Amino acid sequence: MASDEAVKLPIYMDNHATTRTDPRVLEAMLPYFGEIYGNAASRNHEFGWIAEQAVDAGREQVAKLIGATAKEIVITSGATECNNLAIKGVAEMYREKGNHIITEVTEHKCVLDTCKRLEKHGFRVTYLPVKTDGLIDLNQLSDAMTDDTILVSIMAANNEIGILQPIREIGKLCHEKGVLFHSDAAQAAGKVPFNVIEDNVDLASISAHKIYGPKGVGALYVRRRNPRVQLVAQMDGGGHERGMRSGTLNVPGIVGLGKACEIAQQDMAEESKRLLAMRESLREQITSQLDEVYINGSMEHRLPGSLNISFAYVEGESLLMGISDIAVSSGSACTSATLEPSYVLKALGAGDELAHSSIRFGLGRFNTQAEVNYVATKIVDVVKRLRELSPLYEMHKEGIDLSKVKWAAEPVNH
Amino acid sequence: MAYSEKVLDHYTHPRNVGTMDKNADEVGTGLVGAPECGDVMKLQIKVNPETKIIEDAKFKTFGCGSAIASSSLATEWVKGKTVDEALQIRNTDIVKELSLPPVKIHCSVLAEDAIRAAISDWKKKNN
Repeated sequence: MASDEAVKLPIYMDNHATTRTDPRVLEAMLPYFGEIYGNAASRNHEFGWIAEQAVDAGREQVAKLIGATAKEIVITSGATECNNLAIKGVAEMYREKGNHIITEVTEHKCVLDTCKRLEKHGFRVTYLPVKTDGLIDLNQLSDAMTDDTILVSIMAANNEIGILQPIREIGKLCHEKGVLFHSDAAQAAGKVPFNVIEDNVDLASISAHKIYGPKGVGALYVRRRNPRVQLVAQMDGGGHERGMRSGTLNVPGIVGLGKACEIAQQDMAEESKRLLAMRESLREQITSQLDEVYINGSMEHRLPGSLNISFAYVEGESLLMGISDIAVSSGSACTSATLEPSYVLKALGAGDELAHSSIRFGLGRFNTQAEVNYVATKIVDVVKRLRELSPLYEMHKEGIDLSKVKWAAEPVNH
Repeated sequence: MAYSEKVLDHYTHPRNVGTMDKNADEVGTGLVGAPECGDVMKLQIKVNPETKIIEDAKFKTFGCGSAIASSSLATEWVKGKTVDEALQIRNTDIVKELSLPPVKIHCSVLAEDAIRAAISDWKKKNN
């Protein structure tokens, strides 16, 4: 495995955060920033018709990727809006039926905060815990359901640890009990097989920029049959998108979203194989050269390009500083706006210190094996160097059980 | 986040990394912070029993770049000072020297604590 092949720095390996727009997507979009500028809602002239055709084609491409029909695709600004619209829209529409919603603790903030807001408006929300592998327990889900439950919202793939939830089984359970199932599929759709019929999903959130499309556009799948799902719109206006989401359609964005979905569908089998091989190479190179590294989340149920590792006794931000020519993320408190370590990693029960020591690698379409080799070599070097600096690693090597040490976390006053 | 030149310099070339014999009479050891908070600093001083001058200092830090830089700088500053002089070092001096942003002030606080804890340990042994 030659790691001396030329790599261009800096290396982007943060593909859960966003992805580079595929040149094919960009090419498809460009005319819609230029000579094709009509409003897709203009019904009485050719400019509008051409724009509408482009929108319809994009919608069709999105629908095809997830096994839906074009009429079930509601265009939005991205997954955050999708998740807000799906959860708030269902809550408002079905309030008469019940006021209970079930989600999980490792959801994206836009789901959790939406649920918290609904709690203020009288809804009851159950936040399911996750097991140490990051997956929810189906029995706990089943037990949490009551006659008042109107919606279950569980993501398909987690943005931090890349694990895949058993959505098919979750959906089945929901359908048996007559509860709607929403899944945030921003990280999953286009990367792993995701089919709304086979997976028993009633609402699904998709984002273009996670699958090599443009930022600022996404799609919410809203099932039309068995059952027909209805939403209360969360934005008032011209009644676009079958009344569910007003606002002039982002035509170039939709063209890009559609193209991104089409490419993802075409290339999925081959691409996931390639990403999986690179990820395993990265994992192998790191774990064979370093002790005390822990993979966060299930290895079995995982996105192909995703790897989240804790390097015990090394703090995440200092690690990122040492690999400044590589773009990755950390669950360390120091890298977050809230100064709290990752709530997702904490939810796995591994302890805060492993959350502080975590790095998320997100391999994507444009990464190469040479980059993987470079990253692995660099990570190993920097972790070794920082462990030389680490009092915790020294104590660990001396055989001290760090969990039994009484830490003077409070300021010392003399 | 952009790091100041001085933080980068201490991070890349940390001064006085190492460990001294914590059982030696002339050595004082301070261990502050906690792993679950993401910062642990160990700072050791070696004090001349006659002059009370800190002749050597070593550190090891688990923490962000600013925490590493703060403790590295602390070892540089205490060296050559008497114990009483070292107690005059304030976290605000560290903030100023390293141009730490507000979110990193706790790193400097921890470094000041580490100095105090090391001196306190030494005093305990030698009184």
